[in-house]
Amino acid sequence: MAIAEHDGSSSGYAAPKTNYLNNGYGLKSWLLTKDHKRIAVLYMISISIFFAVGGVFAGLIRLELLTPQGDFAHSDTYNKLFTMHGVVMIFFFLVPSIPATLGNFLLPIMVGAKDLAFPRINLLSWYVYVAAGIIGVTAILAGGVDTGWTFYTPYSSTYSNSNVLLAGFAAFLAGFSSILTGLNFIVTIHTMRAPGMTWFRLPLFVWAHYATSLIMILGTPVIAITLVLMMLERAFGFGFFDPRLGGDPVLFQHLFWFYSHPAVYIMILPSMGVMSEMIACISRKRIFGYEFVAFSSVAIAILGFLVWGHHMFLSSQSTYAGMVFSVITFLVAVPSAIKTFNWTATMYKGSIVYNTPMYYVVGYLGLFLIGGLTGLFLSNMGLDVHLHDTYFVVAHFHYIMVGGQVMGYLGGMHFWWPKITGKTYSDSMGKASAVLVFLGFNLTFFPQFLLGYLGMPRRYHSYPDEFQILNVASTFGATVLALGYLIPAIYLTWSIFKGPKASQNPWGAKGLEWEVADSPPTTFNFESTPVVTEEAYQYGPIEEH
Amino acid sequence: MWTDFPLFPEQASSFALKVDGIYFATVILSVFFAALVSVLVVYFAIKYRRKSPDEITRQISGHIGLEIFWTAIPLVLALGMFVWSTVLYFHITTPPANTMEIYVVGKQWMWKLQHPEGKREINELHVPLGQPVRLTMTSEDVLHSFYVPAFRVKKDLVPGRYTSLWFEATKVGSYHLFCAEYCGTEHSRMIGWVHVMEPQDYQNWLTGGVANEPMEVTGQRLFEQYACHTCHKDDGKGRGPSLVGVYGKSVGLEGGGSAVVNEAYIRESILNPAAKLVVGYKPIMPTFKGQISEEGVMQLIAYVKSLKAPELTSVE
Repeated sequence: MAIAEHDGSSSGYAAPKTNYLNNGYGLKSWLLTKDHKRIAVLYMISISIFFAVGGVFAGLIRLELLTPQGDFAHSDTYNKLFTMHGVVMIFFFLVPSIPATLGNFLLPIMVGAKDLAFPRINLLSWYVYVAAGIIGVTAILAGGVDTGWTFYTPYSSTYSNSNVLLAGFAAFLAGFSSILTGLNFIVTIHTMRAPGMTWFRLPLFVWAHYATSLIMILGTPVIAITLVLMMLERAFGFGFFDPRLGGDPVLFQHLFWFYSHPAVYIMILPSMGVMSEMIACISRKRIFGYEFVAFSSVAIAILGFLVWGHHMFLSSQSTYAGMVFSVITFLVAVPSAIKTFNWTATMYKGSIVYNTPMYYVVGYLGLFLIGGLTGLFLSNMGLDVHLHDTYFVVAHFHYIMVGGQVMGYLGGMHFWWPKITGKTYSDSMGKASAVLVFLGFNLTFFPQFLLGYLGMPRRYHSYPDEFQILNVASTFGATVLALGYLIPAIYLTWSIFKGPKASQNPWGAKGLEWEVADSPPTTFNFESTPVVTEEAYQYGPIEEH
Repeated sequence: MWTDFPLFPEQASSFALKVDGIYFATVILSVFFAALVSVLVVYFAIKYRRKSPDEITRQISGHIGLEIFWTAIPLVLALGMFVWSTVLYFHITTPPANTMEIYVVGKQWMWKLQHPEGKREINELHVPLGQPVRLTMTSEDVLHSFYVPAFRVKKDLVPGRYTSLWFEATKVGSYHLFCAEYCGTEHSRMIGWVHVMEPQDYQNWLTGGVANEPMEVTGQRLFEQYACHTCHKDDGKGRGPSLVGVYGKSVGLEGGGSAVVNEAYIRESILNPAAKLVVGYKPIMPTFKGQISEEGVMQLIAYVKSLKAPELTSVE
């Protein structure tokens, strides 16, 4: 055993087992907690609610699109549905999804710390998130918002008759919760690593969160100020973006995508970190090319800041600017390919176990491959002229954000569930849900690639008849997908109350959270500060080469 | 209604085939890599299936040669695709010299189009077969996007700016016209048709129906109605520069620099005259912002375009 307790004299856990869950029961003990694990659980509950809300909107959208006539809801209602689906899923589910839950829970344990660097700021970030969420829900209940999640001007700032100010303010506020989380992670990774936990011994989950945090603190302020400018124009008529007031609508797009493209990587990098952990464990192998996987996360974060103009190839942006954005976007394919090949190579000569995490890994790889490769169609300026703003784009980003991040989130949940709750769930149910999500997802979104190439534009409430069959297929798939999400919600919740107790390390995985921390961990994670003496993922003797 | 369900869009413009070419090339490339990784993952998963719970594996930390290999291959392929796609993009966005000009104004939620000969259309566009057509477009309110899937062309309409696109139709028929940029309540009903006609049919259509006043004639009337001609005298002796023969030329600007007199420059000079002042003239022209509609501005532009310099008779 190469990971040793720092202080050899503190032996075992003789005292009745206290852990972070049974250490205080009242509501106050949760709402005023400074424990990163409890805050992670609070986040888990809140984002699950928003995921359900966003999912209901998605279901209603798919129901409307069953028929071409637009006969289920009024077009204004439909426009609000897709807007609120986007706003809720992006700002209130996807951005915080993995970082605020699994990241919050695991990151301090993985680096061998008692908590994050700023526990109070961590709690504050949750309260900011909840406040933003309440304002967002108010905007929905007050009648909703219909600008699209992108808030494009001058529609949002001048023409829309919906609750743009409330929804914009909710998104603005939610950004601060990401900034606080990102700041906390960066400081923790820099200053609170346990003795022996060098940068190149960090689990790749931590590297991925480091890259994500960089984007959070560098990008989020830009969208915050952009939304403020939009709201000022709407509320007081300050001319920033409306040409009638002397503004420039394309300027808004530049500012908006300067954050919102990097934000796409906030919505995928954490899941890559999850996958690295899971692939190593299910293959019982050190991640092939650890340094390359680690730096490819950082490379994606950096390149991610330089590609925003690929959302604007048709916006009247100059052709030469378009070329620069196009080539840098193509370059993002390189670190993504590096990750994929290294993950695949990790399985080579491994010892691969067929359990729920493994099913999620394989499903993730399949969906991420399609999502990533279809990016090549859209970074391609000649093709983007045709595909821009069609269902092809919708399919592509759902493959990344849902096929990638949500698959990673669910997979990670299944992987660390025994650690978080101290309970286990039925493995066959887990496998079934992974298969169902994979099939349902492909059925929903693959037809949308075909629809996109056929020319069906996004955000269409009614559409020409010839697009119907593919839309019906997509709606059918969405039903399967919804079932695939519902089933884990049921058996995972059930396991909290009735599931068998989990052992400390049910998967035989490497890492401080498995080898040293209990399931569930104690409030301060470790009896004493662990000392790390080996590389990450040392599942066996190292082969010379 | 369940009769016609295409899986692939019609090819009805000169670059549809080229766009589809790069599309299928990218599909093949993607299928290759997706298959490669999927086959490897499945093969490894079967071949290296865990045989006993305490199986020990030999750890391989990496291989620098492989890393270079699978960094270089995607890099080269990505750059190759970038070059191909950019060449195609320049082709799609660079109109040939002999285009027919049509003016488009988008507003919530309709397309208003005018042919130079004066014919106006709403939500329908008639164009002749085999003739390059260039659209000069702007929006009266929010963003819109002009999209004809069968032609593989699309371009945003931006309020306050001119954008343009061109195409050459290669197949007679009627094709969907969509608004592709979300624009509010009836966005999905801001749709119409592009009718591609034999050139002779097009001529008949153009001259048929009520007699239309050519855009340049309307423009000339506006030019006089707004008293533009009192300063912009043809002989160049007015308080504003002569507009004869200036279209497409470069003019020197007050304060240095120069500007090409194109649609965007003329529009700006009407709505914001002081922005780019021709050298030697004073900023005395009032703005016509809010007084002339976007269509009126387009008619004025058509008029300025029609002001050709008289043929020079002297021999070099």
